[in-house]
Order: sequence, then structure tokens, then C-alpha cells
Amino acid sequence: MRTNADIVIIGGGITGCSIAYNLAKKGVTNIVVLEKRYICSGSTGCCGAGVRMQWGTEMNCRMSKFSTEFYEHANDILEYDGDVEFKQKGYLLIADTEREIAQFKKNVEVQHACGIPSRMLTLAEAKEIVPHLNTDILLGAAFCEKDGFLNPFKTTDAFHRAARRMGVEFNTFTTVTGITVENGRVRAVVTDKGTINTPVVVNCAGGFSHDIAQMAGIDIPVYRERHQILVTEPVEPMQDPMVMAFGLNLYVQQSPHGSFIMGRGDANEPRDGRCTSSWRFLEEMAKTVDNVLPAIGKLRVVRQWAGLYNMTPDRQPVYDKSEQVEGFYMAIGFSGHGFMFGPVTGVVMADMITGSEPRIDASGLRLSRFAEGKLFVEPSVV
Amino acid sequence: MNDLDNTIICRCSDVTLGDIRRLIAEGYTSFDEIKRITRCGMGPCQGKTCQQLIQREIAMATGQPIAALRDQTTRPPATGVRLELVAKEAYRDED
Ligand SMILES: Cc1cc2nc3c(=O)[nH]c(=O)nc-3n(C[C@H](O)[C@H](O)[C@H](O)COP(=O)(O)OP(=O)(O)OC[C@H]3O[C@@H](n4cnc5c(N)ncnc54)[C@H](O)[C@@H]3O)c2cc1C
Repeated sequence: MRTNADIVIIGGGITGCSIAYNLAKKGVTNIVVLEKRYICSGSTGCCGAGVRMQWGTEMNCRMSKFSTEFYEHANDILEYDGDVEFKQKGYLLIADTEREIAQFKKNVEVQHACGIPSRMLTLAEAKEIVPHLNTDILLGAAFCEKDGFLNPFKTTDAFHRAARRMGVEFNTFTTVTGITVENGRVRAVVTDKGTINTPVVVNCAGGFSHDIAQMAGIDIPVYRERHQILVTEPVEPMQDPMVMAFGLNLYVQQSPHGSFIMGRGDANEPRDGRCTSSWRFLEEMAKTVDNVLPAIGKLRVVRQWAGLYNMTPDRQPVYDKSEQVEGFYMAIGFSGHGFMFGPVTGVVMADMITGSEPRIDASGLRLSRFAEGKLFVEPSVV
Repeated sequence: MNDLDNTIICRCSDVTLGDIRRLIAEGYTSFDEIKRITRCGMGPCQGKTCQQLIQREIAMATGQPIAALRDQTTRPPATGVRLELVAKEAYRDED
């Protein structure tokens, strides 16, 4: 392990790997990434890996469009000898209330202004795209054919390998236990395998970002929340897009491998870092999917698991540097959509850390927005 | 590629001994890491066949005893169940 680095990145998920790659591309290669388990062992390895441009705010539309266009060419850009498996067959958003339909219509206008090819669909049109959809319980839908999902392990592996080829050091099974701050500046990162002197540390610890900030004496308003997901046996291809509903509360995709992956949110989930699975989730998920997409009810669930959302008060991430401790940067609080922001995160943070002209305007996501009461309100989150 | 290389280690996802050995040589030296790249352990058998074979390969390559290696997390359900049956049971419990 290097004992001196220009930058230490804490966390080997999509965030840490994308930042490492983007910094290395800008020529900073004396970087050490520290990961307490293995690459992609955190939320990134538990996630649905969906990428959608159907957002309700200009900033999220712009950022997710950047990510989508990156993912379309990720195998080439990252020179990956595997395949990140981008299945770009759309997101079908379904609604069962007039309120949601009205919101979709507003969102589509924002999306069109950003050049995103989304549109409202009639129920008949929705059923043409997903024949097993139970339209009896729905009022309408919105669709964007350029949305999709990837294989999160391969995607993270692609960033990780590209960064490693450029000279970034990755230390897995290495736990950060402390951050040394002297005279208000970062001096070193302490791990269970030794200390690394560094003037810059980047907090990309996902569900553990609060603990890492605390090590530097910084308090950030984030908390973790368990989210569960399950997978069925693989079957022949029968569903192109991701089907997602905010009100009915579900997202369901068929992976290229044939299995269906589905999840839903629940405000009663624990916030203590627990990542076990619950029977309650299995029952609620089964009831919902059997109602909305009855054909999928016939499939066997083979495994369920859980991961952490790192939540902020407005359910939008924080891209910033600390005003309190010099050299302490953070890309945290993704609130359930950090995978799709991965390519954006890397670019924003690499520009911020190297002091370059920002290629993407993410100034709305500063940490100070919470203290100033300038929350960023996005209407369309799960 | 010799015959040993072509030996199937994971029957659910068609992963060969050659694939496993290449990954171990590239530094993927835990079952979980290999699982996430190859899908071993994610199929209907949930690793009941491949995990012990892969752990043995890792032990031989890294010189660690098998007992020192970390197994994957065992996750529910123990066997595949149709979602509509889970739903039916859930509604019955509510009645
Ligand atoms: C069920 C579920 C479904 C989701 N679906 C989607 C989706 O469809 N689309 C989407 O965009 N997002 C989705 N998300 C959210 C997405 O997973 C996260 O926003 C994203 O993966 C965050 O990436 P990250 O790299 O910041 O965090 P992580 O992947 O959690 O990485 C942080 C890493 O830091 C490491 N770490 C923590 N503490 C320490 C320490 N002390 N020392 C060293 N290392 C440490 C951890 O081991 C971990 O690997 C979903 C999340 C869940 C749980």
C-alpha cells in the first residue's frame, strides 16, 4: 500500500470508481482507493442499476442525460473487455391517480426542453409495449425509450479496471478507521493496514458516509435506510422496459439473463444499517407485482436481498468540499439514484478537486443548501 | 484450452474451471467477487454446487485454508417459491 498519495478515495462503489477514473484521466494518478470489502460490495452491488432520464427537474434531466449518453458508449470509452450490459429498452412509468398523470405531463415538458425523447402513452399503447400489464388498475403512462438498466458489477468493474490501468491503487479489504486533521486540513487517512499521508480525501462511503465525515469531525445531514429487492428464476425474454410506479410503489425489470428483478420502498424500513431481508417485503412485493403484472406472479422467487440508500433531507445527493476541513470532499447522499448518476459524479468531482472549469453545472447540490433552507425539490423519486 | 479448463463448475450459469482460474489469477480472490462477475451462486442452486468447488480453487491458489475463506451470504428463500403463492398466503393472513 502506498504511504503517500495526492488523493485518497474512501469507498469502492460506482461513486469512488468513477471519481478515481475521472481524476486519473485528468492526469492525477497518485490516488489510493480504500474499500473495506471488495469492489462493488456496498449499495452499488445491491442495486437495480436503472438509468432513467424521466425526471421532473431540469438539473436531474440534464445530469441523467449525460449519464445515459456515457453508458451508451461505456464499453468503448472505458476500453472494457467485458460488457456492461446496457439494456436500453426504456422505462415505462405507470400511474393510477390523476395527480400522477398531471405530474408526468409537467415532467415531459421539462424533459423535452432538455432534448429527452419521452412521451405520454395511452393505456392501449402501454399494453402494446408490456402486454402483461394489468391496465384495469391504471390511468395512464409515460415512456422514454432511451432509459434502461445495466449490470452494476460489470459497470463498476469497468471503471475500476480503467482507473487501475492508469495507475490508481485499489486496496480492498482495507477499512478506514480514522482521518487525521491538523490545523483545519486533512493530513492522513488511517486504516487497519496502515496510514496514508494525503492532503485530499474524498468521502464516497455510501451508507457509511456519515461515519466517515464524523472521523474528520464533520457532521452531515444524511442517514441510511434499508431497501429490499428480489430476483426470480430466469425465463424467455417477455418484458423490454423497466416498469416503474411511484404510487403503486414498484419497479420491475427483466435482466438480459432472463430473471426478473424487482423492488419497492417502505417508509418503515430500519435506519440502523441493517442489510438483512424481511418476510414482510417478500409478501408486499409479491402482492404488488401479482396485481400490476400478473404474469410475473407465476414465476418463482429465488433470492431476496437488501442494501442501503444514503438519504439527504431533499433526497438529492451532495457534491461538495467541506468549508470546515480543507481537503475533505464528498459525493454522498444519493438517496436511491446514485448508480445512474455515476458518470456525472466522476466528472463533477474530478473538476471540483482539480479546480478546473466545471463541465457540468451541479451547483444546486452544495452541502450548504440544507443550512440555508434551499432544498432541491425533485417530484419524481422512489 | 485443455479439458480441465472446460470443466463446468457452475451448472446454473455455465462457468468453467478455466474462467474461475483466470479470475483468481487476475486478483478476484473471494467467492463474492467471482460471483458478481460470473453469476456463480446466483442461479437456482444458489451456490450449493459451485461454492465449495470455487473455494477449493481459491484456497489452492492463495495458500489459505478453506476454513479461512468467507462464504457468500445465505439469503432467503431456501428454495424457489411462486410469487402468486406468497401473495395468496399474505392475503389469507390478513383475513
Ligand atoms: C435495493 C436498491 C436498489 C437501487 N436501485 C437503483 C437504481 O435502479 N438506480 C440507481 O441509480 N440507483 C439505485 N440504487 C442506489 C444506488 O445503489 C446507490 O445510490 C449507489 O450505488 C451509491 O454508490 P456509492 O459508490 O456512493 O456507494 P456504495 O456502493 O455503497 O459504496 C460505498 C463503499 O464504501 C465502503 N466503505 C464504507 N465504509 C468504509 C470504511 N470505513 N472504509 C473503507 N470502505 C468503506 C463500502 O464497503 C462500500 O463498498 C439502489 C439502491 C438499493 C439499495
